[in-house]
Amino acid sequence: MDLQDQAVLDRGIDEGLEKLTPERIEKVIRHVLDNESAARLKVYLETCVHCGLCSEACHTYLSRDKDPDFAPVAKVKDTLWEMVKRKGRVDKDLLRRSARIAFTECGACRRCSMYCPFGIDIAYLIMTVRRICSLLQIVPQYLQDTTNSHAVTSNQMWVQADEWIDTLMWQEEDARDSFADARIPLDKEGAEVMYSVIAPEPKIMAQLLGNMAVIMKAANVDWTMPSADGWDNSNMAMYSGDFEVMGRVERAHWERARALKVERVVMGECGHAYRGAVYDGPKWLGWQKPPIPMIHAVEFYYELIHSGRLKIHRKITEPVTVQDPCNIVRGRGLHHKLRYVVNALCENFTDMDPRYEHNYCCAAGGGIINCGPPWKLSRMKSIRVKAEQMAATGAKICITPCHNCHSGIEDIIGHYKLGMHVSFINELLVKAIAEPQG
Amino acid sequence: MDIYEVVRGPLVWIAFLGLAGGVVVKLLLMASLAKKEKTVFPTMSASHGLRSILHWIMPWGSTNMRAWPVMTTVSFAFHLCLLVTPLFVMGHAVSWQQSWGISWWSLPALAADIMTLWVVCGGVFFLIRRLTAPEVRNVTTFKDVLLILLVISPYLTAFVAHEQWFNNDVMIVLHIVTGVLWMLAIPFTWLSHMFWFVFTRAYMGSEFGAVRNARDW
Ligand code: HEM
Ligand code: HEM
Ligand code: SF4
Ligand code: SF4
Repeated sequence: MDLQDQAVLDRGIDEGLEKLTPERIEKVIRHVLDNESAARLKVYLETCVHCGLCSEACHTYLSRDKDPDFAPVAKVKDTLWEMVKRKGRVDKDLLRRSARIAFTECGACRRCSMYCPFGIDIAYLIMTVRRICSLLQIVPQYLQDTTNSHAVTSNQMWVQADEWIDTLMWQEEDARDSFADARIPLDKEGAEVMYSVIAPEPKIMAQLLGNMAVIMKAANVDWTMPSADGWDNSNMAMYSGDFEVMGRVERAHWERARALKVERVVMGECGHAYRGAVYDGPKWLGWQKPPIPMIHAVEFYYELIHSGRLKIHRKITEPVTVQDPCNIVRGRGLHHKLRYVVNALCENFTDMDPRYEHNYCCAAGGGIINCGPPWKLSRMKSIRVKAEQMAATGAKICITPCHNCHSGIEDIIGHYKLGMHVSFINELLVKAIAEPQG
Repeated sequence: MDIYEVVRGPLVWIAFLGLAGGVVVKLLLMASLAKKEKTVFPTMSASHGLRSILHWIMPWGSTNMRAWPVMTTVSFAFHLCLLVTPLFVMGHAVSWQQSWGISWWSLPALAADIMTLWVVCGGVFFLIRRLTAPEVRNVTTFKDVLLILLVISPYLTAFVAHEQWFNNDVMIVLHIVTGVLWMLAIPFTWLSHMFWFVFTRAYMGSEFGAVRNARDW
């Protein structure tokens, strides 16, 4: 238990709670439990033997000196168990606690499913709690804002249509400093690749787009980006529990890709956008898989380097380590390809321990970082193990092929004073492929 | 009919029918619920499901089992003895023989005694662990404690009866009553992990393996 976290004020949750009546609470919870969840929820709740063996899987539990309230099963006990036991007749204190736990203390990283002897999907159970909170409109304010943005603009950060195209054109110009004929081709039908990014790129990290234009030119890839809605599938609605908006965002994204008749979609360095586009979105829409193959940037870089389409001229010499993002490692098994790319780019690479599927989450993913400043201190307390894991590598750069990991690790480095930098692969790659001058 | 005949006759029937019927009804109910979730069955993959089950029924086959060597050893021996003893103990063989005329191999008396005691010790270990490890105590309910006591009680009573420490008839009746409750509890409590194990493991194994190309052990 952490009293400081419990005292955090969040208008999204607190003001939402004020508007709720006992009847509405009961109705919504019963609706989700009876109509929206079926076999998995029931079997998981029935099968759990309350053995606590999932505890050590969770970075929040480990980072907070093994406080039993942060064990995965305890998070279910403090939320769903009560809701099920009381058939939805729960009070507002329980709901406030449930929202705090579900949105800020579990990042749905699924590490615990690899530690529970039954493979119980705690992340799925917690997502069910988020769904209930979303329907009750008690979602952290900052996270809800990203969902509202998705609902209105289809992207996560209120990027306007003209702003989007402007940014692409500006970045195309920048890329021409490296290659005179570098381009960001818009809406090119039948291209080999549609490149997908998430809203933070045009909004705050535009140079990543320019970098991609350089990389595509260097590898001579036939690519395109959409000029209109459907370019951002970062899909925060998936994490706020607004599955209707999540479905809309994914549908818009896949319809855009279909309209452009591209052969495949390359997802930029973002883990949860990948997850949304490949699993959660299609699942909600009732599709078994996406209509067009999607690969993550790590796989794409791997292909380009492995096939020789990209030549590495200058390796990075500083000591580096790499963060395995949950959604592309536990969620896609890309850890070996990631190592291949990192070793191709860097001379001095040290792994974190544990690694691969067993790596700890960054504590930012799963929508946690999007809960914003009110919850930042709590998030930092929940991720001490990652700071220790990183410090042990002695690296100066931590490579993070995921936007959430990138921001989360940057915060960890600042908070725990690790004296490192974070970097996307994209940034290292443009340096490594630059032709030596003279 | 005296009490002994009642517990040996109708009660045993109730236990077997309750156990078998309970399990079948639960499985059918869940199968129809699982169809409602459009992606559950299509996700299931035989090879990835089996791969996961194998890793988790092999002692020390998963990372977490290696992290808890004592728990793993106790639990594996507990489950083995728990399942094997009632099937092959001499006392039961006699009953099978008398009631249905079937007979099969039975355990030497000493082995049966040791295995029976191991189940009791395992249960006591689980109880101690539940009360001393904070992360387990936090999620332990009163029902959990009762359930573990119920799980070990047929073993305890059979052992005491066998050793003839108390009135044998009373102990045998107690043994059968607790044994019946034991069987009836399986479909309706978390003891149902016995049959859900295969499905939850196979599903997670398939999600990790077939869908996400990763391992879940
Ligand atoms: C349901 C009807 C049952 C009947 C009629 C029955 C009957 C018996 C009898 C007559 C014995 C011999 C006792 C002696 O040697 O004095 C025995 C032993 C035993 N029974 Fe049962 N039993 C039943 C259910 C169960 C169940 C459900 C379990 C376990 C879950 C169980 C576990 C054992 C064990 C482990 C022994 C051997 C104890 C030892 O030799 O140390 N029994 N049972
Ligand atoms: C063959 C099917 C079964 C399998 C695969 C199985 C598997 C498991 C597993 C994986 C656990 C989790 C904790 C651990 O690893 O020790 C567990 C715990 C447990 N099982 Fe089973 N089990 C089976 C049958 C049974 C039966 C028939 C009973 C008793 C009726 C039983 C009683 C228990 C108890 C009491 C625990 C609790 C441990 C604790 O308190 O932490 N199991 N079982
Ligand atoms: S944060 Fe990850 S390990 Fe912890 S409870 Fe949530 S899904 Fe499990
Ligand atoms: S989720 Fe799994 S590991 Fe955790 S308490 Fe339940 S059965 Fe045990």
